[in-house]
Amino acid sequence: MSQIQVEKKVLNENQIVAERLRAQFREHGIFCFNIISSPGSGKTSLLERTLERLPKDSKVALLTGDLQTENDATRLARFGFPVRQIITGGTCHLDARMVEKHLAEWNLADLDTLIVENVGNLVCPTGYDLGEAFKIVMLSVTEGEDKPLKYPSIFFKSELMILNKIDLLPYVPFNADQAKANARKVHPGMEILDVSCTSGAGLDEWMNWLKQKRGDTVLAAHS
Amino acid sequence: MHELSIATSILEAVSKEKQRRPESRFLKVGLRVGELAGVDRDALSFGWEALTKDTEWDGLGLEIEHVARRQRCTVCQFEFEAPDFMTACPKCEEMLTVTIAGDELDIAYLEVEEP
Repeated sequence: MSQIQVEKKVLNENQIVAERLRAQFREHGIFCFNIISSPGSGKTSLLERTLERLPKDSKVALLTGDLQTENDATRLARFGFPVRQIITGGTCHLDARMVEKHLAEWNLADLDTLIVENVGNLVCPTGYDLGEAFKIVMLSVTEGEDKPLKYPSIFFKSELMILNKIDLLPYVPFNADQAKANARKVHPGMEILDVSCTSGAGLDEWMNWLKQKRGDTVLAAHS
Repeated sequence: MHELSIATSILEAVSKEKQRRPESRFLKVGLRVGELAGVDRDALSFGWEALTKDTEWDGLGLEIEHVARRQRCTVCQFEFEAPDFMTACPKCEEMLTVTIAGDELDIAYLEVEEP
């Protein structure tokens, strides 16, 4: 009996595709982010608010993942930017191959931003690199403030936490300071933005954050 | 429940290795799973059994080594294990520390019987 050292990432095949995507994004100067949350936290709402604030000539495209239905793509298509729905047919996360396949019909030279809305799930999308510049996790105040501790991986791996539905804070027993402290326990120094997609609070800060990160990412790619 | 996808990926990697050594009998796969990998050990073992049962891989063991989270202080550079999200530096109390281990999801080794 002998032991062979393998030392390979389990998701090596996914990683290869993700790196291929990342190289393409770099080549075309595309800024890509991957937004993840529980179902119902408000990912699609945030993207609607984001798209309506973008200049009409922005070169942005979206991929949105769900187990079933084209509903989210229909909601997002109203803003006039290219959108494709990825129906996973039961799979609880997007993987790099699905992204690559759904990008095939678009000319990447026409894009400068790609937004990927993952399947609503705080666990499974965590380990799958999609070639994005970074992951963003969203939490809403109708959930528990201990979510970062219950699902640490995604909070650890995300660049930013968006706390959504802050207009509801007076009506729900959610301790926002505790939620943020929990997130920063898991991910020391994590950036956090408070928003409400309903009242519009915090959306200017979010758009500025995005603009800044977009600039940083594209600059880094060309340096 | 993405553990079945993870199990499938492990099996794909094992199958590739098998093509390289068709004569060997595979006994066990050694996996390294970090605390932050977001993988449930029991669900993975269950998925593994379900996937290998009544196939050529029936009986192929899966040994999962747990890797604890380790942090390094950005100020004093002290390295320490950080259970239960105690990520502040125990030496100088700095809050800003970086993770240096704990998000592994690796196939470490294969145990085989050579002909």
